[in-house]
Amino acid sequence: MTPFLALLTRDLRLSVREGGGAVLALGFFALVATLVPLGVGPDLNLLAKMGGGILWVGAALAALLSLDRLFQADYEDGSLDLIALSPLSLEGAAFAKIAAHWLSTGLPLTLLSPILSVFFGLSGSAVIALTMSLAIGTPAVSAVGAIGASLTLSLRRGGLILPLIVLPLLVPAVMFGAGMVLEAQTGLTNGAVGFLAAFSLAASLLSPFVAAQGVRLNLAG
Amino acid sequence: MIQSLTAEKLTVQRGSRRLVENLSFTVKAGQALSLEGANGAGKTSLLRLIAGLLPAGAGSVTLHEGDTEISEPEERGKYVGWLGHHDALKASFTVSEQLAFFSKLYGREGDEIALLGQVGLSRQAELPCRYLSAGQRRRLALARLLASRRPLWLLDEPFAALDTVGKALVARLIALHCGEGGLVIAATHESLGLSNETLRLGNAVLKL
Repeated sequence: MTPFLALLTRDLRLSVREGGGAVLALGFFALVATLVPLGVGPDLNLLAKMGGGILWVGAALAALLSLDRLFQADYEDGSLDLIALSPLSLEGAAFAKIAAHWLSTGLPLTLLSPILSVFFGLSGSAVIALTMSLAIGTPAVSAVGAIGASLTLSLRRGGLILPLIVLPLLVPAVMFGAGMVLEAQTGLTNGAVGFLAAFSLAASLLSPFVAAQGVRLNLAG
Repeated sequence: MIQSLTAEKLTVQRGSRRLVENLSFTVKAGQALSLEGANGAGKTSLLRLIAGLLPAGAGSVTLHEGDTEISEPEERGKYVGWLGHHDALKASFTVSEQLAFFSKLYGREGDEIALLGQVGLSRQAELPCRYLSAGQRRRLALARLLASRRPLWLLDEPFAALDTVGKALVARLIALHCGEGGLVIAATHESLGLSNETLRLGNAVLKL
């Protein structure tokens, strides 16, 4: 097994065993998707209009919940030093951690979203668009989140600052993600899927380099 | 195989504080250097600098391997076997899982059981790390150091938390590593148990 896969599978295992991963994010996502329709009331037209945006914001926030520990846990117990000295470059390590985070949160959130979209009375084509948009866009949430996680890894209350750094950077993902749902509902072409895919691809490819630099700075500090 | 490590005119800095200035030394293959000094003298920072984790304020650290010289920090790190202050263990992993992960991360595989036997943890192999005592955690960290098979050992307080048998084990492993042509630099308050050179770090400046 390569060092990359070793780190990826280890992070996946940790997310299952030490909690804070998939289960927490799914629970949070499900609660948001349940509470909003209860608060708004039984206006199916209004709910359907809001559904795409609310579910996207809910998914992004849910994925952020476990992001602050992405590097911090390893920093605190000394594992990050050993990872930095391993044959795997810090860029490779950051990519492995992003992939593990997406597999343990982004992917389960995507798979849960069709069920939760029932609460918003989304049409069949809108549900498909929502699921597609989350599948395309959630890697960007994990990737951009990793940048924030690398910058805040040495802060004791980093979890509070992380969303302030990351959420503004996620505006394109939420906008184009909800835009894909809107396109399916209105039938008006808006090209959101292209922009979302481009943003997600760029974020996934570039953020490991930025995150690695953030980790370097913190290890040297 | 690394022939020697030379540090030239090193300055160890934490923030704006200079912990060590103008430090030069050489460690040859088969030698162990013990770093001594009061708490806060900069032993750990110096080890992190040699490992390439902390940038040098001034000066350089160079590894000599045949005719090639390795002085770029991240490249240097790939030769380092690290036994840090923290044990780097995950509470929910068993002893053998933990060791297997690090072996794979370092591109080594296979002899985890033998390594656990070497550090006296064979019976705890299937025990989650959360049940290990401080000394047992240290022993697992030692097994990981062996698993990395790196030529340059950087040890931060290798004797901490260990019982008498454990301390003897550390001394034996260091002697063994030096015998195989490895290099050891250890920050410690105790004797490494073999004829080694000692470098004393004063509070602000170096005193040899």
